[in-house]
Amino acid sequence: MTTTTLPEAAGAGREPVGLEGSRTGDRLFKGGLTVAALAIPILMAFLIWELYTGSRIAIERYGLDFITSGTWDPVAEKFGAAPLIFGTLVSSLLALLIAVPLSLGVAIFLTEFAPKAIRQPIAFMIELLAAIPSVVYGLWGIFVLIPILRQWIFPFLRSTLGFLPFFQGPIYGPSMLAASVILAIMVMPFIMSVTREVLLAVPGSQREAALALGATRWEAVMSAIVPYARSGIIGAIILGLGRALGETMAVTMLIGNRHEIAASLFAPGYTMAAVIANEFSEAATDMHFAALSYVALVLFLLTVLVNGAARLLIWRVSGPGGGGKGV
Amino acid sequence: MNRKALRRLVSNAMVGLMLLAVIVAVLPLFFILLNLVIKGAGSLSLAFFTRVPVPAGEQGGGVANAIVGTLLIVGVASLIGVPLGVGAGIFCAEYPGTRLAKITRFLADVMNGTPSIVVGVFAWTLIVARQKHFSGLAGSCALAMLMVPMVMRTTEELIKLVPHSLREAALALGYPRWRTSVAIVLRTALPGIVTGTLLSVARVAGETAPLLLTALGSQYLTFNINAPMAALPLTVFQYATGPYEEWHQFAWAAALVLIVVVLVLSVGARLATRARFNLNG
Repeated sequence: MTTTTLPEAAGAGREPVGLEGSRTGDRLFKGGLTVAALAIPILMAFLIWELYTGSRIAIERYGLDFITSGTWDPVAEKFGAAPLIFGTLVSSLLALLIAVPLSLGVAIFLTEFAPKAIRQPIAFMIELLAAIPSVVYGLWGIFVLIPILRQWIFPFLRSTLGFLPFFQGPIYGPSMLAASVILAIMVMPFIMSVTREVLLAVPGSQREAALALGATRWEAVMSAIVPYARSGIIGAIILGLGRALGETMAVTMLIGNRHEIAASLFAPGYTMAAVIANEFSEAATDMHFAALSYVALVLFLLTVLVNGAARLLIWRVSGPGGGGKGV
Repeated sequence: MNRKALRRLVSNAMVGLMLLAVIVAVLPLFFILLNLVIKGAGSLSLAFFTRVPVPAGEQGGGVANAIVGTLLIVGVASLIGVPLGVGAGIFCAEYPGTRLAKITRFLADVMNGTPSIVVGVFAWTLIVARQKHFSGLAGSCALAMLMVPMVMRTTEELIKLVPHSLREAALALGYPRWRTSVAIVLRTALPGIVTGTLLSVARVAGETAPLLLTALGSQYLTFNINAPMAALPLTVFQYATGPYEEWHQFAWAAALVLIVVVLVLSVGARLATRARFNLNG
């Protein structure tokens, strides 16, 4: 019995032809993939290291005063990034103020109310907005958006809301508000598409239960769907904030590039990304390079913080992998 | 009864507001495309594609240098970025539980969120400062770094979509693991990976910020990637922010060329995927 095994069974004990070679193949395959997978941690470590060494002399000289000081004078080698940080935060938050209601409205409309036939085309068109290069937004902003704002919107805001300090003073074209408007158009597609993903992940039973209790469709959205998706929606908004903070070209072209903290949104400002874009290739002294590199380091840390928070919130709703497509 | 009517009114009013939001959101797209065609199409001619820019004040000239520059810079960036991104994506999909996969996935997210200008500063300190001259190649490296996380994510997600039964069938037939991965799994996911790659190419083709610190721009037609190089987005930026009216027209025309390239790549990629897979509906 032990000796008269079936031929197939006997064959099973033997190594199939070429398996020895394929083990080497497997090892090579895994080795190659490991190299590619290792490249990402290595590059990121390098990035942090290079940003740090590049800005070391500025870090040693200015320390944390860099963040609170307001003078930026390359000739006297006095560098303070407060107006840049202020401009980055204000333009991004203002952009969110405009973009969030719009993107949430569109996302809710597309998942809950729109006829099936128009959902895809509208989502597609909004995704196309995300595909337009930043520099084209900048071009359009300079020659189309700013004239419109200067002629109609800014005077209107000044005459109606002029009692607020934000809407006072002379009207230039390039300004904090102009940059915020273009940023709002640019981050809207990101917030919209992530919010839409999160809303699609809400189980249908949530909606049905609310409707069955007699809620109108809007009440169903507000009482059953949005609360269920809340942390994901907040994540989408913060992800949009991360995009806005690092956006460079369109902002550089519209914000007016002045190292100043002004109360009025009609006044020019500056952002961290914009100062790097404008001054880096013209910097003459080592300290100037180091200061710009320091700005890049601060900007990097800020976006890592913001994106990390967003990712955590989105994962809580749609699981790891959700919201990662980034168009 | 009255209360019910009010609630219905609120519901309908909110739907109306949302419809308005949709219109406001889509309006810029049409507005931008329309302006590009109106202001840019007039300057397009054969010379625009075949000649290099002329000094300020002279008429004519073209963006041949920028078109060549964009093709070379983005081409080399793809050669560097796509293999790394696809490889890392396959690794994370094939060995998902390993520590390296978790770290890589996390850092790819960080990388994806890193502003492109910061990547530009990195490429500058790493390459330009060491070589002591600007170069298209440094630009390619910066763009490659922006592509890697995008390509990696798509690759990983698409490989995960390949049914397990396909993989098991191949392994049951005695295929070694690497051949199963390459000839069956990767082969099945390939159209989607190509789409994702094209989308990332479209995205970096319009990138300007990192190129300002690396490729710098150039008035001359050059094929030497180890020298300063022009690129379409740089041309748009330089001419849009310049003081002359002819320059502005030039910028619109260059932007029109750029947007056509970007939209053809990204719309084409999306339509191709939709027809084959119907991914994400």
